[in-house]
Amino acid sequence: MTHCYFKSVLGAGVATALLTLGATTSAQAEDLTLCWASWDPANALVALSKDFEAKSGHKMSFEFVPWPNFADRMLNELNSGGKLCDLMIGDSQWIGGAAENGQYVKLNDFFDKEGIKMSDFIPATVTGYAEWPKGTPNYWALPAFGDVVGWSYRKDWFSRPELQTEFKTKYGRDLTVPRTLAELKDIAGFFQDREIDGNKVYGAAIYTERGSEGITMGAMDVLYSYGFEYQNPAKPYELEGYVNSDKSVKGLEFYKELYNCCAPPGSSDAYMSENIDAYKSGQVALQMNFAFTWPGINADPKVGGDKSGYFANPAGPGGAQFAQLGGQGISVVAASDKQDAALEYIKWFAQPDIQAKWWQLGGYSALRAVVEDPGFAKSQPYAQTFLDSMAIVKDFWAEPSYASLLQASQKRFHNYVVAGQGTAKEALDGLVADWTEIFDDEGKY
Amino acid sequence: MSSYSVTEPSGRQKLFAGTLVILYALITILPLLWIIGTSFKSPSDAIAYPPKTFFSPTLEGYVNLFTTRTRATEEDVKALGEPTTWYDRIVRKDGFVIAGPSRFMERFSNSMIIGFGSTVLCIVLGTAAAYAFSRFKVPLKDDLLFFILSTRMMPPIAVAIPIFLMFRSLGLNDTHLGMILLYTAVNLSLAVWLLKGFIDEIPIEYEEAALIDGYTRFQAFYKVVLPQAMTGIASTAIFCLIFAWNEYAFAVLLTSGTAQTAPPFIPTIIGVGGQDWPAVAAGATLFLVPVMIFTIVLRKHLLRGITFGAVRK
Amino acid sequence: MLDSSIERAARATPPVVAKRIQGLSDRAIAWLFVAPSIFLLLAVNIFPLIWTIRLSFTNFRVNRPNAEVGFVGLKNYINILTDADIWQTMQATAHFLIWTIVLQVLIGFTLAYLINKKFRGNDMWTTIIVLPMMLSPAVVGNFWTFLYQPQIGLFNYAVGFLTGTDPSAFSMIGDVSLAPWAIVIVDTWMWTPFVMLICLAGLRSIPGSIYEAAECDRASKWRQFWTITIPMVLPFLMLAILFRGIENFKMFDLVVQLTGGGPGSTTELTSINLKREAFEKWRTGYASAYAVILFVTVFGLASIYVKALNKVKQR
Repeated sequence: MTHCYFKSVLGAGVATALLTLGATTSAQAEDLTLCWASWDPANALVALSKDFEAKSGHKMSFEFVPWPNFADRMLNELNSGGKLCDLMIGDSQWIGGAAENGQYVKLNDFFDKEGIKMSDFIPATVTGYAEWPKGTPNYWALPAFGDVVGWSYRKDWFSRPELQTEFKTKYGRDLTVPRTLAELKDIAGFFQDREIDGNKVYGAAIYTERGSEGITMGAMDVLYSYGFEYQNPAKPYELEGYVNSDKSVKGLEFYKELYNCCAPPGSSDAYMSENIDAYKSGQVALQMNFAFTWPGINADPKVGGDKSGYFANPAGPGGAQFAQLGGQGISVVAASDKQDAALEYIKWFAQPDIQAKWWQLGGYSALRAVVEDPGFAKSQPYAQTFLDSMAIVKDFWAEPSYASLLQASQKRFHNYVVAGQGTAKEALDGLVADWTEIFDDEGKY
Repeated sequence: MSSYSVTEPSGRQKLFAGTLVILYALITILPLLWIIGTSFKSPSDAIAYPPKTFFSPTLEGYVNLFTTRTRATEEDVKALGEPTTWYDRIVRKDGFVIAGPSRFMERFSNSMIIGFGSTVLCIVLGTAAAYAFSRFKVPLKDDLLFFILSTRMMPPIAVAIPIFLMFRSLGLNDTHLGMILLYTAVNLSLAVWLLKGFIDEIPIEYEEAALIDGYTRFQAFYKVVLPQAMTGIASTAIFCLIFAWNEYAFAVLLTSGTAQTAPPFIPTIIGVGGQDWPAVAAGATLFLVPVMIFTIVLRKHLLRGITFGAVRK
Repeated sequence: MLDSSIERAARATPPVVAKRIQGLSDRAIAWLFVAPSIFLLLAVNIFPLIWTIRLSFTNFRVNRPNAEVGFVGLKNYINILTDADIWQTMQATAHFLIWTIVLQVLIGFTLAYLINKKFRGNDMWTTIIVLPMMLSPAVVGNFWTFLYQPQIGLFNYAVGFLTGTDPSAFSMIGDVSLAPWAIVIVDTWMWTPFVMLICLAGLRSIPGSIYEAAECDRASKWRQFWTITIPMVLPFLMLAILFRGIENFKMFDLVVQLTGGGPGSTTELTSINLKREAFEKWRTGYASAYAVILFVTVFGLASIYVKALNKVKQR
């Protein structure tokens, strides 16, 4: 009898175990690969995903590529029909090409089935990371990581009485967070070549990178607030007079002046990581960089905590205030054989408590439930700045021909700003010509 | 030495020449020493300005090279308890926890697989072809030298366009096999040329004797010629290996997750925020070690390899 | 072309040897031994070349699988040859090519000449000098961006220390006038040993008896240098120039890591430009035409050069 009893209990136990297993895992445990850029948030995502692995039984692998090579490598992967990535956290501008060439899986049906509503996410991120064509409810990604260009500054330097006095006598106002780009340049100029604690310091680290997208992101960040438009809002793809408007010219001239007057020496090819290096090593007072850098700065032993502050991109001369959008959505790669498991991951990732944990680990959640939580703005010193910045974003072209459009602006901007060739007007006229040619090839006219 | 010779330089000449050469060697080795030195610096020492010549060495760069780290919430750190290993301690010091191994070992072993795989294949094919060319009196000379050169004249980027398409349709993209075949093809011309030179030097009489003894041509090849050609094969192999080991352009365009080798990987090692120079330096140092050993061991054969065998002893 | 030469080779094999063969005939062995190599070279070198030529007349784009591929005739070629930007990259390449060769030949030859004085320990120092060229060029390029950093870099610091200027007063890879030299310096650092080794081989191939004879004729050292050393080393030197020329015409990895083509397009060598067209803009047809033009250029230049080299050798 005992023997029999034992057997049935064991049997029941095994059955229960199997049932629980069946409930939490899908038909088959898969090995999923997620592709993203190699940066702090990616490491946080690895930690976050442990929860998914435990709950789903799938195994997560990661392929992270640093920013300067990210677009290169991943677009190469998509174009070659590679099966490396099942999930892709691809840059916002790829969405047009990936959608039109069928490289991402369309997510509308999945969202409907799982009750994931795009209205639950920050509107700018939905437009920026998920939609193609823009402004239509066709979704190719779930907003995964909100990001935007903003500024961090050396609060400790700003608060030195002797510097405050000197600044006030020179400029007739307090040394504080700039409200306009002109003020920002004054501050950067004030710190340039100044001796602080025995070290020579410089004004502002800005984006000047040539190879991928750096200088375009930086210059656009300024140009938007000066009144730059990508096209005639009434007539798509009409560029003349918008891209190269007088306002745009002024904006690009400003960016060059800022580079000439106030960037640290040797920052002719600087993007995210170079600027972080310059800031963390105490070389600069101001740093232009994406919001993703702020958790790292805040935790830095040398410049972190009270020593640093954050502010949204200041307004241009006309009072308009915009910032360059960064960030990415998460998509399922069409070439993947494991789309079901990949969708499971997205479903898991979209849950509010996972998104809250995401923010805790240093990932900028795009879920409104997280960022609109009353405690959010105070949860980190940079949280409010992130919210302010996300409210004023604009993004580069997300057309299928984005890579060619970007190459053109990289070249024109770098030639003018860093190499000092020609005038701002010539650079922007050239850009109009380049872009027109590209759109012409695409049959847009 | 004791007897006077007009071609033997005087003591003063030697001193002068020696001083200049040593001076140059010291200058030229400095960047290399700086790379090795940086691999033992902490990230903040590495980007200190002015640059630090003296620093307290740490293995942080190597730890960072082999791990991925993540900033953990305080509860998570508490839950983990005290660090148990020396590398845990290094990482925790900065408020991080080790999330897992980095991909460096994979990249390094890919370099090994592809490097050695293509070298072996190249030597097998190359020796056979070189033997045939050597013993069957193909009119070679300068025309062939030029033909062989021409296969290496194309910029790799230009060759990569059709290779990319070809690999895509054959499913060879990002596979070890694809890279092995590609590197073999690129190296083959060099290998055939070098090996032919070595086999030419083996007297044909040995084989003829073997043939008279009743060996087949094939037996004569592997029992007589191969053992004689071993030194030549070894030094040819080194050059195939060095090329495959350091190659970047094809690797960056044709590999990604599975078969990526170390050269495209090392420059992309990012730490917390900026580029993690100590980890990059550590990767560069470890990656240099094998070729450095080969260079020192085989320095006598260096010349012939780098010049396509055009320079004879 | 090669196939027929193998057959000829098989036929030319002495009958004495051929008779003694059991099993496979010489001809079969020749085929067996050569065929795999020929096949691989055809598949990976020749076939892609033909494919490239075919693509160069189309507007094909890899990243538009759904678009129709059209034949565009010579349009790609005309666009490339009339594009001022491409001529600029050719100029950048020429500057890089000429100066690296000049510097490497001068320094390399001098070093070889000095090493050939056979001072004590020359073997060890030679090995040390050779080390930089064993590195991976991509890693070297990447690391030199660090060495060229105005504040934290060794190079600027060393120059500042030696000249007394402020190390952060100049930026090797940021300044339009310095960047072309920045890439020349790194390539020279890396590849001078190569030229040196070849020159060394040349110097060591000169029999001592020639100098002894010259000494008997009371020729001055200076005269011996110009009438014996230089002419005897020249074929070797020309070979070194050929190899460096071809390598640097193809230059991609080191420079792309070092400057990425910047500032502006100052150091955008043709390979970097080609990579942008082919693998970033994905203009496959256009890039194929570009590749064909490059191949014709390098093949043409090299064949002229090799003719000259053979003339020097025959003298």
